Amino acid sequence: MAVETGRDDFVIAIRSAFLKKGTRQKFSLFTLLIISILVLSLEYFKTGPVDKFRSFTKDFIYKSSFFISAPFAFIKDQYYSFQDHMSMYEKYNELRDKDLTLKSLENENNFYKSENQRLKKLLDEKMLSSEDYLLSKVLLDNKGPYLKSVIVNKGFNHGVRLGLAVKVESYFVGKIVGVNLLTSRILLASDLNSKIPVIVEPGSTNAILTGNDNNEFAELEYLPKNNNVNDGDIVYTSGVDGIIASAIPVGKVFIKEDKKFVKFFVDFSQLKYVKINN
Amino acid sequence: MEGTSNKLFRNIVHSFPLILLFFLVFTGFDLSFFLYEANYSFNFIYLVIFYWVLKKPDALGYGLIFFAGIINDVVQNFPIGISSINYLFLCAIAAFIRTRTLLPSLLYDWILFFIAILIVSSINFSISTMIFDIPISYGTLMSSSIITFLVYPIFAKIFSVIYLFSLEQGNVE
Repeated sequence: MAVETGRDDFVIAIRSAFLKKGTRQKFSLFTLLIISILVLSLEYFKTGPVDKFRSFTKDFIYKSSFFISAPFAFIKDQYYSFQDHMSMYEKYNELRDKDLTLKSLENENNFYKSENQRLKKLLDEKMLSSEDYLLSKVLLDNKGPYLKSVIVNKGFNHGVRLGLAVKVESYFVGKIVGVNLLTSRILLASDLNSKIPVIVEPGSTNAILTGNDNNEFAELEYLPKNNNVNDGDIVYTSGVDGIIASAIPVGKVFIKEDKKFVKFFVDFSQLKYVKINN
Repeated sequence: MEGTSNKLFRNIVHSFPLILLFFLVFTGFDLSFFLYEANYSFNFIYLVIFYWVLKKPDALGYGLIFFAGIINDVVQNFPIGISSINYLFLCAIAAFIRTRTLLPSLLYDWILFFIAILIVSSINFSISTMIFDIPISYGTLMSSSIITFLVYPIFAKIFSVIYLFSLEQGNVE
């Protein structure tokens, strides 16, 4: 190893790194850095033609990304399908041992639902929950270290708006944080930036569910000092923010080292179709 | 027919860094693993850019690296342009090291790679948190940088095999 010394050489090396173009390079690094800074400054334009162009570009890249990722998504699906197949016998035993009186539970649920709606009408409370939903296909799922989100194939043109709740079956998955013309981005409840107002039942304790980068559970924060939240309590969305519908089941409470966590009902690794609440 | 397939194969080998880079940015692919309930991952794109700009700058054009950054920002939902800045700074550091090095060695490259990713991660962290108020977990960023540094020799060896193979293919032509 030998490194040249001298201040002039150092300056020449820096100048060469930033300004010199290679034999097959069309732009110098300095030019491209300036262009990058200009592109980055366009982030401040949230409306108008710049936003439209950005939305179009994002749609194009998401669709391209979906096609490029298709073979790998297929392999991943096959892997999970194989895993499901291997655990079929265990699941069968588990279901057989459960006392499933589904019909009576369904009737009971319908009774409580209609009673709840009647009482809300009496209170004149704004109904956020709705039976209308938009079924969307998951195009891309990015669950890297900094971001846990998915891209779906419905956007502004289909009536998707920022902040809407997203479900799988009847369980909460996340909320819409980005809307393009034909695609949208859903921030999963497990993301570090996700903060969802929730209510813990029984006891009707309000709290904030904060994602902690873990795909399986999130932490309950801002609980009252003297709360009686216990292992196994069910967490629902509270709807106090006025955007996310209330009473969507999120997960089950478990306590570890005096901290309260919520294990999600949804397996975020296997999202294929989601429902966007209209 | 054989000549066409050989030519296609040679082109694929020659364009390997470019194909790999665009595959990584389009799919948002990251090699992550769980250890003690925490998610650890490393930045594969930094490895690819640093190695190939250092060893064979013609394999990855700066313009294409800039576009890869734009695509990465869209896929990862970062402010558009931030990854391009990171990648181009990494290129600048790699180009600087290339001009200053007379006798390259893996150990020397490895140590300088660590300094390079620390600089680039600092730029990334500063822009994300100070300008765009994007909360980034500092611990995750640091662990990702350290793991990226630790795995560099393994991938450098793999890439050097591919590099030598592409040179052989070039000589066949």
